[in-house]
Amino acid sequence: MLSKFTRAIRRHWQLYLFLLLPAVYIGIFAYYPMTGVQLAFKKFDYNLGIWGSPWVGFEQFRKFFSNYMFERVMTNTIRISVLGTIAGFPVPIIFALCLNCVFHLRYKRTVQTITYMPHFISTVVMVGILKQFFHPRVGVYGIFYTMFTGATAGDLFASPSAFDPLYIFSGIWQGFGWGSILYLAALSGVSPELHEAAMIDGATRFQRVHYVDIPAIMPTIIITLIMSIGSLLGVGFEKIFLMQTDMNMRVSEVISTYVYKRGLGSGGNSDYAFSTAVGLFNNVVNLILLITVNKIASMVSETSLW
Amino acid sequence: MAEKIKLIRQDKIFYTIVYAIITLLTISVLYPIIYVLSSSFSSGTAVSTGQVVLFPVDFSVEGYKRVFEYERVWMGYRNTIFYTIVGTINNVFMTLICAYPLSRRELPGRKGFMAYFVFTMYFSGGMIPNYLLMRDIGYINTIWVMIMPGAFSVYQMIVTRTFINSTIPYEMLEATKIDGCSDFRYFTMFVIPLSKAIIAVLTLQYAVGHWNAYFGAMIYLTNKNLFPLQVFLREILVMNQIQPSDFTDEETRMIMQGMADLLKYALIVVATFPIMCFYPFIQKYFVQGIMIGSLKG
Repeated sequence: MLSKFTRAIRRHWQLYLFLLLPAVYIGIFAYYPMTGVQLAFKKFDYNLGIWGSPWVGFEQFRKFFSNYMFERVMTNTIRISVLGTIAGFPVPIIFALCLNCVFHLRYKRTVQTITYMPHFISTVVMVGILKQFFHPRVGVYGIFYTMFTGATAGDLFASPSAFDPLYIFSGIWQGFGWGSILYLAALSGVSPELHEAAMIDGATRFQRVHYVDIPAIMPTIIITLIMSIGSLLGVGFEKIFLMQTDMNMRVSEVISTYVYKRGLGSGGNSDYAFSTAVGLFNNVVNLILLITVNKIASMVSETSLW
Repeated sequence: MAEKIKLIRQDKIFYTIVYAIITLLTISVLYPIIYVLSSSFSSGTAVSTGQVVLFPVDFSVEGYKRVFEYERVWMGYRNTIFYTIVGTINNVFMTLICAYPLSRRELPGRKGFMAYFVFTMYFSGGMIPNYLLMRDIGYINTIWVMIMPGAFSVYQMIVTRTFINSTIPYEMLEATKIDGCSDFRYFTMFVIPLSKAIIAVLTLQYAVGHWNAYFGAMIYLTNKNLFPLQVFLREILVMNQIQPSDFTDEETRMIMQGMADLLKYALIVVATFPIMCFYPFIQKYFVQGIMIGSLKG
C-alpha cells in the first residue's frame, strides 16, 4: 500500500505539485470557514474567538425558529423563488425554440448579440437602471403614467406589491437571452436527418418543434430545473439587498439578507452566532433539496446532475 | 397538392408568430438600453422634466463632463481595473494548474481530489465564518480581500478540465512522454497553447465577475481609497448619495442638484461601457464556454 503510494508520488510528483496550490487555497478559503459553522451551536464571545466560545447546543436555532422573522423570511424567500422560477423558467426555453426556427442568419445573430447583452450588466447598475426607468418623475414609467392618468406616479420602490414583479421581470429581462444559450447548444446537436425524415412524413414546422426539438432539449430542461429547485432558498443576496427600501422590507427580507443584517449589519444588534445559525440552516436545507430533487429526477427520467 | 398548400400556410402562420415573439423580446431588451443611452446624451433639464422617452432631447455631453469631474469615479475606476487585472490573472492561473492534473485520467487519487473540490460548490461556511477568516488573516481593508477569496471557481475548473479532455488527444501526451518530456514541459509547451480558446473564456468570465463585484468590497472594505467602482455606483445610483463636496468646482456644486439624474445615466453608461465594447467581439468565446460547460465530463 505504502509502496503504491510512494510510487504514485514519484511518478506524478509534478502533477501533484500543480494541485498543491489550488488544494491549499481551497483548504484555506473554503474548508477552513466550514469549521466556523460550529459558531451556530455556540454563544460568540469576542475575546474567546470561534474555537473558545462556549457551546449552547441548538439555542441559536431555537431563537431563530421562534422569532417572528423566521416565518417572514421563509415565506418571502420561497415566494420570490417559486414565482421567479414559474415566470422565468419557460422564457429562455421558448426563446431558444423560436430562435432555432429563424432562418435569416444575420437577424438571428443580431438578436443574439442584443439579448445576451444585459447579462453583463452588474447588479448595481441593473438596480440603478430599474430605479431610473421606474422613477415617478424622470423615468419612462412615470412619464407614461402621467401622460395617461394626469397624476404623478407613485414610487414603485416604496410599494410592497411592486417588489415581486420588479424583481422577477427585471431578472427575466437580464437573463433570458443568456439562459437560452444552453438550449440553443442542445438544439444545435439535433441531427438534421431527424428533421428531414419528419418533413418527408409531412410534419409542419410546429410539429417538428413539438416532436423533434423539444424532446432533444428535455435533458437540458430537467438539469436546469433541478438546479433551480435545488437553489430554492438560495435567492440571490445581491439584487434583493440593493432593491430593499424601508417601505418594501416586509416583503423583501429574505434569508440571505437577514443573515447579512443580523451578522454584519449596522443595526447594532449584530450577532455572529445567530447569523451563522441562520446561514447554516439555509445551507443545509439547500443541500437536502438539491440531493432530493436530483434523486427524484434520476429515478423518473434517467437525467441527473451526478 | 391541396395538402401541400395547407402545409405551407400553416408554416407561414407559425413563422409569423415565431418572428413576432423574437422581435418583441428583442425590442423589450433593447428599449431600456436605448432609453438610458439617450438620457445620458440629453440635457439636464430635459431629463429632470421627463422629456426623454426614446431619443436624446437637447443633445449634450454635459452628463459625461460631470462624471469625469467626479473624483470618486476615477478612483473607483482605477481600483476596479487593478482588481480586475490582478484578480483575473490569479484566477486563470489557479484554474489551469488545477484543471490540468485532474484531466489526467491515470492520476492516482484523481477522484478524491475531484470530490474535495466539488464539495465546496454545494456547501460553504457562510458569511460570518468567512468574515472572521478574513479578519483573522488580516485581509480586512487590504487589496488582497478583493483578489484572493474566490480566486478560482470550481465550476470553471470543471469546464476547463472537460475542455482539455475533449480537445487535446491523449496520444500526444504518450508520444511526448516517449521523447522524455516532463509534465511541466508538456503543460507549458502543449497544453497551454492548445487551450487558447478556454483561456479566453476563463479570462472573460473572471474579468466580468471582478468588474461587476460589489458584495465583497461592501463587507470587507471601509477604506474609501480602496473602493471599486461598483461600491461608488451603489452609493450614487441606489442609495442616492451624491456629495457636492466631491466636486472641486464651486459652480458644479451649485448646479449639481439638477444634474443628479443626468449624472446617473452617464454613470451607468460609463461603468458598463468597457464590457459592452469588448463583448460583441468575444461573444463567441462566452458561448463556447457555456457549451463546454453543458457537456458532462
